[in-house]
Amino acid sequence: MLNKVLKRIVISIPVLFGVMLAIFIMLRLVPGNPVTTMLGEHVNPAVIEKISREMGLDQPLYIQFFKYVANVLRGDFGTSYRLNRNVTGIIMESFPNTVKLSLLAAVVAWLIGIVAGIVAAIRQNRILDRLFMGGALIGVSMPVFMTALVLQYLFAFKLKWFPVSGFDSMQAMVLPAIVLGWNSAGSIARMTRSNLVEIMQNDFIRTARAKGLREHGVIIGHALKNAMLPVITMMALQLSSMLSGAVLTESVFGVPGIGRLAVNAIETRDMPLLQGTVIFTTILVILGNLVADLLYNVMDPRIREGA
Amino acid sequence: MADGKERQNLTEQNPETFKKPDGMAFREHEENISTKEDISGQLGEADTWKDQLMTLIRQNKLAAFSAVVIGLIILAAIFAPVVAPYDYLAQSLTDRLQDPGAAHWLGTDELGRDVLSRIIYGARISLTIGLVPTLISMAIGTVLGLCAGFYGGKTDFIIMRLADVMLAFPSLLLAMVVMYTMGGGLINIFIALSLVNWAGTARIVRSQTLSLKEKEFVEAARSIGVKKWTIMFRHILPNCLPSLIVLFTLNIPSAILSEASLSFLGIGAQPPSASWGLMVVRGKKYLFSEPWLSIAPSVAIMIVVLAFNFLGDGLRDVLDPYLKEQ
Repeated sequence: MLNKVLKRIVISIPVLFGVMLAIFIMLRLVPGNPVTTMLGEHVNPAVIEKISREMGLDQPLYIQFFKYVANVLRGDFGTSYRLNRNVTGIIMESFPNTVKLSLLAAVVAWLIGIVAGIVAAIRQNRILDRLFMGGALIGVSMPVFMTALVLQYLFAFKLKWFPVSGFDSMQAMVLPAIVLGWNSAGSIARMTRSNLVEIMQNDFIRTARAKGLREHGVIIGHALKNAMLPVITMMALQLSSMLSGAVLTESVFGVPGIGRLAVNAIETRDMPLLQGTVIFTTILVILGNLVADLLYNVMDPRIREGA
Repeated sequence: MADGKERQNLTEQNPETFKKPDGMAFREHEENISTKEDISGQLGEADTWKDQLMTLIRQNKLAAFSAVVIGLIILAAIFAPVVAPYDYLAQSLTDRLQDPGAAHWLGTDELGRDVLSRIIYGARISLTIGLVPTLISMAIGTVLGLCAGFYGGKTDFIIMRLADVMLAFPSLLLAMVVMYTMGGGLINIFIALSLVNWAGTARIVRSQTLSLKEKEFVEAARSIGVKKWTIMFRHILPNCLPSLIVLFTLNIPSAILSEASLSFLGIGAQPPSASWGLMVVRGKKYLFSEPWLSIAPSVAIMIVVLAFNFLGDGLRDVLDPYLKEQ
C-alpha cells in the first residue's frame, strides 16, 4: 500500500513540472518586453534595461525557468507587475474565498446530485427518472453564467432574498454556491444513477432482498455503498471543472477569489500574477486528483488487498 | 496519471477487460459497421440502413429531435441574411433598449440593434467554434493517440505525459493563458481551443489502439507486409471511428461553452461581434431593467449545447457502449 502511494506521488512530479514549464513558455511567447508593457512606451530605454536586469529578465530563459521553479517550491510566486506585491500574498488573500465557494458548491452538488441519482435509479425509466435525468442534462448544458444571471435576477433582484453580489456574509454565499454546485450536480446525478442501476443487478442485492430487507434498506445499506466508489473519483474530476466554473461565478457575483484574480491579471496584463494563479490552481487540481486516487484505493477493498 | 481517471488506467493496464459486447465485436473495416450481425444485437432485426435509421429514431426520439433542432440552427446560421429580420450591425439609437414586441421579437440592445437578428448571426460564430477547433483538436489527439498506442515505448511515454499535463489544467484557465499570450479575437479562440482540447481524444484513441493492435486482422496485415502507417490509418483508425463520432458530438458543446465563457469574461470575441457570450456580458449591465438582453443569448447557448448533448448521448447508446462506461 505504502509503495503504491509513493509511486502515485512520484508520478505526479513530472506532471507538476510539465505544468509549470508549459505555462512558463506560453507566457514568454507574449510579444514585447514585459517591462515596457508595465511602464509604457515612452520610458527611457536605460531605465527599462535596468529594471529588466533587476527582474532577471536578461538571463537565458532556462535559467529564469529554474529560478522560478525553485522559488515556487519555496512558495514564492514572484512579484506582481501592477500591484508591486508578492503574488503568493495576493493569492493567499483570495484563496480562502474560492475554497469557501467551492466547498459550499460541493455540498450543494452532492446533496442534489446524489438524491436525484438515487430517486432516478429507484424509479428507473419512469416519469421521475426521465424528469430528473432530463434536468441533470439541462444542468450540465446550462452555461454557468446563465444560471448565475437567472438566479441573480430572480432571487436577488425580484425577491430580494439575497444580496446581488459580494461574499462577506453567509447570505451572500448562497447564490454563488448554488450556481457553481448546480453544474456539477447534473453529472453526479447521472453517474450515481447509472452506477446504482448496474449494481442493483448483482447477486448480493438479490440476497439482501431475499432475506426480507425492505427496498430502502437494500439501496441504502447495500447498493449505495458500492455505487459511490466511482463517484468519489468523479469528485476529483469535478474539482477541475469546478475551478473553471468558479472563474465565471466569481466574476458574476464579484467574489474576490482566485478566478477573479486571474481575470484581473489578464485585464491588467499582469504576467506574474496570471502565472502564479494558474500554476497555483493547477497544483491544487493535481493534489486533489492524488487525494481522490488514494481515497479510492483505501475505500475499495479489492484494490487495497491487491496492493 | 494526473487526473485519476481510474477507468482509463484500468484500460491502459488491461485492454482485454474492455472488450465490447458480442454484437459489437471490433470491426475490421468501416464498411462493416452497418452489417447485419453488428447492429442486429443492438437494434433488433434491421435490414437496410434506412430501416436501421428508423429503428434508431424510434428508440431515441430525443436524440432524433435534437438532430432536427441542430439541423434547423445550422440552416438558420447559413441563411442568416435571409432569416434575420434586421442587419445584426444596424444601429438605431432611437430604438434603444426596446422591450420585446412585434417589431423586435426579442427587443433591441443598448445600441438599438435587433437582438433576434444578432442571435441568428451569432449562431454562425458558435457553430463554427463548435465544429472547427473541435475537428482540429480531435485530429491532433487522434494522430497522437494512434502513435502512442501503436508504437508504445518512449513515444507512448512522452505523448501520454504531455496529455497528463494538458489534462491537469482547468480547461478554462489554460484557454485564458493562451488568449493572454495571443490577445483577444475569434481567430485566437480558434487556435486556443484547438491547442487545448486534444488530450482527452488522445487517451481514448490510445487505449483503443492498444487493444486493436493485438487483433488478428492487424497481425494479418502485418504478416503480408503492410506498412505501419497504412495499418494505423486504414485498419486501426476506422475501428476507432464510432467512439470518435460520439466524442466529436460531445466535444462540440464544450467548445461552444468555452468560447461563450471566454467572450463573457471579455477575453474572447470583441465588439461588435455577435458572439453569444459577448452579448450576454454586454447585456449583463441591464440585467435588472432589460433582462432579455442577457437571458436570450444565454438560452440560445443552452439550446445548442443541450441539443448536441442529447444527440451525443443517443449516438453513444447506439455506436459505443464502450464510452458509456465513463
